Amino acid sequence: MSTTTTAVLVPLLPFLGAAAGLLLGRRVPGAVRPLAVLPTLAAAVLAVVVAWQQGGGKTLDAATRLTPTGSVPIDLALHLDGFAVLVAVLVGIVATCVQLYSTAYLRDDPRYPSYAALVSLFTSAMLLVVYSGDLMVLLVGWEVMGICSYFLVGHYWETRAARSASLKAFLVTKLGDVPFLIGVFALAADAGTFRINGILTTAVSGGIEHPTLVALLLLAGVAGKSAQFPLHTWLPDAMAGPTPVSALIHAATMVAAGVYLIARLLPVFAASAAALVVMAVMAAITMAGSAVAALAQDDIKRVLAYSTVGQLGYMTGALAVGNRSAAVFHLISHGAFKALLFLGAGVIIHAAGTNSLAAMSRMTGLAKRVPDAYWTMTAGLLALAAIPPFSGFFSKEAVLGAAEHATTGDAPGIPAAAGWTVLVAGLLTALLTAGYATRLWLLAFRGKGAEAAGHGREPLAMNAVLWVLFLPTAALGLAAWKLPDWFDGVALTPTLTTSVLSTGLALAGVIVTYAAWRRTAAYAARSPLGAVAADPEAAPYISEEETIATHEAAYGGIAGAPDPADPGRLLLGSLHRHAVGGFHLDAVYAALFVRPTRAAARLARFLDREVVEAYVRGAGGAPRLLGAAVRRAQTGNVQTYLSALLAGSVVLAVAAVLVATGA
Amino acid sequence: MHLVYPAVLAALLFCVGLYGVLARRNAILVLMSVELMLNAVNLNLVAFDVWLRDTLHAGQALTLFTIAIAAAEIGIGLAIVLQVYRNRGTADVDRLRDLDEDAHRPDPERADREEKAEAAA
Amino acid sequence: MTGSAMLAAQANGFLSPSGVEIAFLLVGIATLGAAVVTVTTKQLVHAALWLVLALGGLAVEYLLLTAEFIAWVQVLIYVGSVVVLLLFGLMLTKAPIGRSPDADSANRWPAIGVAVAAAAALVWVVVDAFRTTWIDLRGAPQGSTKVSGEILFRHWVLPFEALSVLLLAALVGAIVLSRRKKEER
Repeated sequence: MSTTTTAVLVPLLPFLGAAAGLLLGRRVPGAVRPLAVLPTLAAAVLAVVVAWQQGGGKTLDAATRLTPTGSVPIDLALHLDGFAVLVAVLVGIVATCVQLYSTAYLRDDPRYPSYAALVSLFTSAMLLVVYSGDLMVLLVGWEVMGICSYFLVGHYWETRAARSASLKAFLVTKLGDVPFLIGVFALAADAGTFRINGILTTAVSGGIEHPTLVALLLLAGVAGKSAQFPLHTWLPDAMAGPTPVSALIHAATMVAAGVYLIARLLPVFAASAAALVVMAVMAAITMAGSAVAALAQDDIKRVLAYSTVGQLGYMTGALAVGNRSAAVFHLISHGAFKALLFLGAGVIIHAAGTNSLAAMSRMTGLAKRVPDAYWTMTAGLLALAAIPPFSGFFSKEAVLGAAEHATTGDAPGIPAAAGWTVLVAGLLTALLTAGYATRLWLLAFRGKGAEAAGHGREPLAMNAVLWVLFLPTAALGLAAWKLPDWFDGVALTPTLTTSVLSTGLALAGVIVTYAAWRRTAAYAARSPLGAVAADPEAAPYISEEETIATHEAAYGGIAGAPDPADPGRLLLGSLHRHAVGGFHLDAVYAALFVRPTRAAARLARFLDREVVEAYVRGAGGAPRLLGAAVRRAQTGNVQTYLSALLAGSVVLAVAAVLVATGA
Repeated sequence: MHLVYPAVLAALLFCVGLYGVLARRNAILVLMSVELMLNAVNLNLVAFDVWLRDTLHAGQALTLFTIAIAAAEIGIGLAIVLQVYRNRGTADVDRLRDLDEDAHRPDPERADREEKAEAAA
Repeated sequence: MTGSAMLAAQANGFLSPSGVEIAFLLVGIATLGAAVVTVTTKQLVHAALWLVLALGGLAVEYLLLTAEFIAWVQVLIYVGSVVVLLLFGLMLTKAPIGRSPDADSANRWPAIGVAVAAAAALVWVVVDAFRTTWIDLRGAPQGSTKVSGEILFRHWVLPFEALSVLLLAALVGAIVLSRRKKEER
């Protein structure tokens, strides 16, 4: 089998699996699990094969044109370079892990068939985005991912949080997609093709007329998809979906698609220094803001969600300084360890019966109950905090190194301002990241209080997956020496200055948080808090759904908890109140978009009810009156009818005669 | 002879029959009026046949047929009227109002009438 | 209209009527009067008798138009059988003898309106169309029994036979309709 054929099979297999799963899910319940896992597994294996065959060597391009489509042709094009094949391997492996994990996590869920099919469809769409060499085809995958995300976030649609979160995710990402689409059209109009190769050639030769405008339009779509400021607000709320979905879609893959797209189109962005600066500022705000917000969250998954936003900010930052190798390196290592963290969080939520860190901090022995999750998540959090030798350290160093490289002005075409912005924000975020990672670990695993409720041993599939993902989390850093062969050849190894600086800051963050925790942990016993949903026999997803549904009632909000024992509260001080709600960005959106939309809707309703409907009622009323008049003529007396008939005949006859005689 | 005489007579007879059909209450009187209308048509047919000197005498032949059909019609019509009279106790055209939209509502007068009809039958 | 007929029409004005015309007019007035009484009288049985007069008058009109056979058929069938049938019908439906004040329905005035309008329209059209048309009644009678028999059994024999089937059907239908059902007895 040629590499191209294999590559075509990679997105195709999960798609066929999804179609078969949707068709057979109800009728053949036994086939659902194999149909969910096997195609994804096969796609992952084939993705590895493709990566092996491509080997970081020459870029493979293949295209076929099914039909002429107007002025700008659309091709079914494959573009296999080092970035694409490696990201596809990540997607395949994480998706396989998540499908395996889901078989246990949602084992008794009646909606599991459609869930599994949607996850497969999502995987297929993501692989399509990764492999596609044509922007239009890429856009198809991009939107399919969006709709899958909508359905999967709303999986627990019985809960209000899930319903509103799915709508919010959909609307906010669409808000970015509209400018994105315009940007794609503008690009294609200038380049005369949707093929990425052609667009890049045009961009490099300066053939794009308004590079800043196009770049900013594309950036809006990327900000929506990759949850960058100011369109990041949907991602924390999307945690109302099932944990495996959060791991796959809202941590490892879909949100990375935006970053991946900029990486593919980097020359377009590099053509405009202004766009790069905007991107750098956006990344800096995203990183620092999300890290502060993460420090204040009570829901363990929301902490991870804000951390995802922050790590995506690192990737965007790397792109803003023109180094896509570092961005994709961080994308891959982050995908692995964040999937691990989310899946581990799912195990913890099941074991603890709650997603609230405040409640976990009042439990003793949670770590002993879930030893696999404990050890793997510890590694994951160390990777997140960028402590050597875990993978996160190396990939984050690559980003900071690139930024530092840009500050000196050595990188051609990259403004030094962008470099400084990313570097300073990145270092600050390193400190904060270490802080919230430590807080999460301390609150979840070092709680004191009542014994954690027993839920039995976690299913093997869930624990095994954690250890599978542990491998790249621990060891992917070593790839820093090998990856340049696959990517652009830019060195990704850590540089001394940034390594010392960032590791020092991370350690400082750990120590400060630990000290704060030592001071506040004493309060925990004094203020009992928390509600625990204990369903020892039920499937894990039930615990999660219950805890999502009850968090607001038990803690006064979906994000925060009134917990005096929270070290984040001590560290942030008065900032804590604002950080819990994501710095009131939702309120700003409510004022800017929701309220005008509601007012417009009220106006439309008024116009419809009072103006349009008046005509409708009138149109209905006139025939009704006419009908009432006609009904009076229906006396049942045949003679009356006949009189009317004959009178009519006479009138017609006279009229006919008059016409005939020309009178 | 002027053709106008028989033609005008036929027209007037027809309209007299028309009035009878529309104004008479008893069904048998309505049938009589129908006979008048048919005869008016016959007169027209004969007059025009004579005027045109038709070799086939289609007018006269048709008149004969009309007379035969009228006889058949009066037989059937009377049978129907008889049947109606037996069922309803009346042969009044304007009291046979089953086409009325209120016909199937409970109506004291109607119920009364139907009782009478049953008694008559 | 042929040229000779046109000449004849010009030669015969309305102000110099022939004897046949006078007879036709008088009988016609009587017929029309009888018909009007038929549809207006309050006595139901009298209506049938006035109908006899109207139909008999029409038979005379047929004779005056030289349609001799039709006239006798008219007398035989209408006056002889139809009116008798109608009288039987009146009796079987227990029609009141003597004046019945409700012989006309409430539809009377609309009926008058329609009838007068129709009469006006028809008479106007007929007069307008046939003002000058002349029927030439000289020569061999056109409706003698011999002529009628010849055309009827030469040209119209098939319809004539079909008519017999129709009459048979009407006969059977009338019997079926007017027969009382067994359980009604």
